[in-house]
Amino acid sequence: MSEASDQKKKGRGRKIARRTFLIGSAVIVGGVAFGTYAVRRPIPNPLLQGLRKDEAAITPFVKIDAEGVTLITPRADKGQGSYSVQAHLLAEELDVDPHSVRLGPGAPDRAYYNGTVMQEGAPVAAWNDSWLAERVRGFMQVPARLMGIQMTGGSSTVPDMFDTLRTAGAVARETLKLAAALEEGVDVAELSTENGAVLLPDGRRLAYTTLASRAATIEPVTDVALRSPGEWRYIGKDVRRTDILAKSTGTEMYGIDLALDGMLYATVRANPGLGSALRRFDDSEARRMRGVMKVVEISNGVAIVADNTWRAFRAAEALDIEWEPGPYPASSAEMWEALSTALTKDNRDSRFRNDGDVDAALEDGEIISAEYRTPYLAHAPLEPMNAVVQVGDARVDIWTGTQIPNFIQDHVADMTRIDRDDVHIHVQPMGGSFGRRLEDTYVLQAVEIAMAVPDTPIKMTWSRDEDMTHDYPRPMQLGRARGTVKDGRVEAYDLDTAAQSIAASWFGRLMMPLPGPDVMIIAGAFDQPFAIPNYRVTGYRAPEMVPVSSWRSVGASSNGFIHDCFLDELIHAAGADPLEERIRLCHHEPSRKVLEAVGEMSGWDGPSLGENRGRGVAYTFSFGVPCAEIVEVTNTERGIRIDKVYVAADVGRIVDPVNFEAQVSGGVIWGLGHAMNCELTYENHAPVQTNFHRYRAMRFYQAPEIVVRGLENGDRIRGIGEPPVPPAAPALGNAIFAATGQRIRELPFDKHIKFA
Amino acid sequence: MQLTVNGATYDVDVEAEMPLLWVLRDELGITGPKYGCGLGQCGACTVHVNGVAVISCVLPVGSIVGEVTTIEGLGQPDALHAVQSAWVEHQVSQCGYCQSGQIMTAASLLDQNPDPSDEEIDRAMTANLCRCGTYPRIRAAIKTAAAALRDE
Repeated sequence: MSEASDQKKKGRGRKIARRTFLIGSAVIVGGVAFGTYAVRRPIPNPLLQGLRKDEAAITPFVKIDAEGVTLITPRADKGQGSYSVQAHLLAEELDVDPHSVRLGPGAPDRAYYNGTVMQEGAPVAAWNDSWLAERVRGFMQVPARLMGIQMTGGSSTVPDMFDTLRTAGAVARETLKLAAALEEGVDVAELSTENGAVLLPDGRRLAYTTLASRAATIEPVTDVALRSPGEWRYIGKDVRRTDILAKSTGTEMYGIDLALDGMLYATVRANPGLGSALRRFDDSEARRMRGVMKVVEISNGVAIVADNTWRAFRAAEALDIEWEPGPYPASSAEMWEALSTALTKDNRDSRFRNDGDVDAALEDGEIISAEYRTPYLAHAPLEPMNAVVQVGDARVDIWTGTQIPNFIQDHVADMTRIDRDDVHIHVQPMGGSFGRRLEDTYVLQAVEIAMAVPDTPIKMTWSRDEDMTHDYPRPMQLGRARGTVKDGRVEAYDLDTAAQSIAASWFGRLMMPLPGPDVMIIAGAFDQPFAIPNYRVTGYRAPEMVPVSSWRSVGASSNGFIHDCFLDELIHAAGADPLEERIRLCHHEPSRKVLEAVGEMSGWDGPSLGENRGRGVAYTFSFGVPCAEIVEVTNTERGIRIDKVYVAADVGRIVDPVNFEAQVSGGVIWGLGHAMNCELTYENHAPVQTNFHRYRAMRFYQAPEIVVRGLENGDRIRGIGEPPVPPAAPALGNAIFAATGQRIRELPFDKHIKFA
Repeated sequence: MQLTVNGATYDVDVEAEMPLLWVLRDELGITGPKYGCGLGQCGACTVHVNGVAVISCVLPVGSIVGEVTTIEGLGQPDALHAVQSAWVEHQVSQCGYCQSGQIMTAASLLDQNPDPSDEEIDRAMTANLCRCGTYPRIRAAIKTAAAALRDE
């Protein structure tokens, strides 16, 4: 019998067991269907270690001392505004000003594990709410919890933290009120809270900071009721991001901006054939250059330590290096060859969608077929990878922007043989990530350098060249699709889709093998809520080539394009209206509503907009969010111009409307820009694109007007960082077809058509 | 050599060919201007020299004649420039890493052209890359700032 159902029997559904309260809340939500003792065992509150007497850590998310309140925001802020959202969720219950408290990511700890992100790896579509689906998703929380994954990703921050942080705020508030009641000898029912203080019946205010030491001596009050939506001051309201002033004045300190006393500057050149060794190098010229202090051989490369980053860059360029060839095909042509021969029975990875009788339906009708391709893509956040590291005898300090602090601790403990608890990760604000910082090679390189220059802080910065050529990119994907139409409707859809496994590549580097099929090979295709009578999606695992990783919206970024564009082809072949046929086929109510919404917003009456103009609609369900987009284009003399985009997405509840709009329009620009003109192509095992002149994405003058509508029909709260990306490329492709009659089945589009 | 930045004059002992960006960041500790590409392709390093926007990652420090202004010199959190106020009002930033450069380019544009058309804004701002996709809010903020500056 599980703990949660015990509690329900006693009628204490809202009460959470002592010492497990915060962690318990997440587990109770998803954990009813399973139950093992190890998973249920409470995880210690990390803030209780190393607290001074006058400090109180009431929950793992709130720390109060004489100087003030610190809200711990464990999910990293890569620019998506997650610190601000997390601070507002805590403040909603704690009654503090989110702009006046300190915010910090906290030290890595198992207590901050992320259960939501692991659920996305489960082989069930997120719209499938059957008991089995819930059970499988709950099960995926078990490894996340056991392994203590404090990870940011998968658009999971808001869903994962929505209840957890509000509960943490309420527990802290009620415990502070109890402390005040005991201190003053008054009934707790007579107390209220406001702006960082408990209000006494006589009108006096006791600041939380003065109650901290008393609160630390009492048991936390965990029998708390959360405020109803009618009482909310921040959730669903237009609030100001907590970092907006710093980010408008150049005063936000990113990892790359840190300066420590005695710090030296470093850079590296590593083998662009990722994973292969250094054959030989000659540093005689580099050593003579001004400011160069040390040359350090590191894993697969060479590092320069200097007194200035630019001097380190210049010396690194002056190194004469020979590399061992990369452990994968040397050129893009060979890679495509490997991918196109991967669609064989032996490589079949999954077939989670198989409705009707596809083979019979294909024999029955005239087959329409097409092949689609998407390229490797770099993350290329504008802040190049960097880390500041100081290695001492028995302690390592690391200041860096990362989404995986726990894994860094493990890896660095292994490298340095210093106890894991003495590896201190100070997570820094990040100049973008888009999934890039789910990897830690750059951090480990900085540790290697710092080990060679002990007791000295080393700031290692990658050049843009190094960043572009040492990314773990999004994999390229190849889709072969067949289908039939009948009586003006889509009758059969059979998609074979092949890619390298991101799970195998990434989990392999994190040293956490993950068995079973990789859902990311088929995400954005197998999980679309369409009632096509004969409908099959088969995933094929291509051989591992360039090591790959998660790129904003992961598998759905490629499959969303392939799946929706071919659906558009079938709909056109059927002679149906692209929007109406998608709505007719769709069996998921919130999804139908987003399609209807973009139709209404754009005044849709068909794909044509007159001579040289057209519009395309696309829809992808990803990360639990249905998202539909309509793109309008004009075929001008200078090329395709994107005029306007309409987007509707359903996240169940919009927590932060201003940020919601920012994430949606940013996601659309991300999706469109890369579809227009970005790819990584390979020669001699290395990417040809080494800087932004060959990896342009969308520029200011190309940015269309974007009209966003958020819907709240979904049954639970979802994140919005990734879902706007997948429908952008197919909506543009379908719009180009509408305006020009040209069906482009390969990204980037500019291989086949010009953009204005 | 001597270098004047945000009204203060510094003696710096560096190679004449060192780009201004790295003198600012690593020699003077002025970190508002960012390193993004090193090739003049992204504009994250944009500062003003004598009030005009320049790309500091490819500008040799030895070639500078005049005063350098960085985002820190344009305005401060408690004394915002009109462009910065508009950036706050429109909540432009996501990761924020490119925004020092965006703001410096926009401030220089409005200084030379108080009422730019959409096409003139396009032309000026295309030098600056934003990976998060904040362009629509940048455009709105520039219009707000232009109106505020005209009213001053």
